[in-house]
Amino acid sequence: MIRFLSQAGLYFLFLKKVFSKPEKASVYYKQTMHEFVSLGLTSIGIISIISFFMGAVITLQTAYNTENPIYPKYLIGLGCRDSIILEFSSTVAALILAGKVGSSIASEIGTMRVTEQIDALEIMGINSASYLVLPKIIATLLFNPVLTMLSICIGILGGWVAGTLSGVITSENFIYGIQYAFIPYYITYSLIKTVFFAFIITSVSSFQGYHVSGGSLEVGRSSTKAVVYSSVLILMFNVILTQLLLS
Amino acid sequence: MISIKNLNKSFLDKTVLTDITVDFKPGITNLIIGQSGSGKTVLLKSIVGLHNIDSGEIWYEDTLFNKLNFAEKKRIRSEIGMLFQGSALFDSLTVEQNVRFPLDMFTENSYKEKTDRVNFCLNRVNIINANSLFPDELSGGMKKRVAIARAIALNPKYLFCDEPNSGLDPLTAILIDDLIHELTKEYSMTTIINTHDMNSVIEIGEKILFISDGRKCWEGNKNEVLNSDCKPLNDFVFANSLAKKIKEAAN
Repeated sequence: MIRFLSQAGLYFLFLKKVFSKPEKASVYYKQTMHEFVSLGLTSIGIISIISFFMGAVITLQTAYNTENPIYPKYLIGLGCRDSIILEFSSTVAALILAGKVGSSIASEIGTMRVTEQIDALEIMGINSASYLVLPKIIATLLFNPVLTMLSICIGILGGWVAGTLSGVITSENFIYGIQYAFIPYYITYSLIKTVFFAFIITSVSSFQGYHVSGGSLEVGRSSTKAVVYSSVLILMFNVILTQLLLS
Repeated sequence: MISIKNLNKSFLDKTVLTDITVDFKPGITNLIIGQSGSGKTVLLKSIVGLHNIDSGEIWYEDTLFNKLNFAEKKRIRSEIGMLFQGSALFDSLTVEQNVRFPLDMFTENSYKEKTDRVNFCLNRVNIINANSLFPDELSGGMKKRVAIARAIALNPKYLFCDEPNSGLDPLTAILIDDLIHELTKEYSMTTIINTHDMNSVIEIGEKILFISDGRKCWEGNKNEVLNSDCKPLNDFVFANSLAKKIKEAAN
């Protein structure tokens, strides 16, 4: 318990350091643009592929579990849409990003720590936590909602392709289903969750990397911890946010 | 000039440095020597503020450095260059970008002025036609020289080097020593070097501080080091048979 409280205290002190005034805005801007590419654009591929197949499998699963003739076929499209918007594109995609982006951030910053690159920044009088982490947080907070929207579109497309090609639903029924009883607030809910999850992934992973001590073995451990802690926090906050936003 | 007064530093229950008092003058190469684990690196990192000390005073000229807050330390740190044991070049940046980095962060110079300064610093350390290479494409000696170029980019008043020769062959080690020595004279910097390389001690040790078990054990220069009657120092300096033979020959 004491260890947990001490880590939590360290985490909040770390955040205070991250959000202190940046040294030079132009350098931070460049760094943020760089992070857009390395954390955002490079995630488009994996998010697209996983979203497509998840959409496909959600459609097929829904179809095989609603074979009773009293259920209208368009419910398959509706089920696919709501599953993707409410849970998959925000939560499951965040868990996938925790694995990809989180481990990458922790190992990058951890390696900088053990090779004294962070000390070199501090010696120059640069707030290393802010310089290294703030651009990552800004980039993911701004770009992850874009990934979520992309994931929603590709997931629904995957559902449509799988549904129509396998013959479990007609194109008309699927399209009718994804338009039926659409609640726009679900998109807002999904995006709010995405922003929270993006912050968790980036800040927790950066914290793990920044506080590495030792050698390459510790960097690997910090990377694992970053993914595990981010994933647990994402699932925990998923429950809290769902209760707060949908109740 | 950097003055250290009664510096004490411990990690949890382990005392690492005890009552260190020493002055480091500008324009000469000041060496901190001692066995591995004697507290050299902790002392160097305490002087530059990477470690908070338990008690004592660290003076940069007439400024009490260890009592300053982060923002106030920034002014002093803008005058510090440091060469780390592993060079600590930024992996994701090229040689040119590494040397340009402090200029981007702390000057408002034009792109051309910065490029000229980068090229000047790289030429000064004899790094030619390597601007676009990444650190992992460089040899150990080249990395050290690029790190020196980055350290001097802002014309620092203070230069700190943590074991600049570690992992280098003897010839390259001498080149690095000579380079640091020349730059110290050229810019009248206060240079402090952590080392356990005896060649550095003999060649460039204009002021030597010997630390043993976290305590200041001996202070002098390269001429005095060979004739000292300090036993821990003699055990350290004449640890290998070659050094013993040199001493016997000298006697």
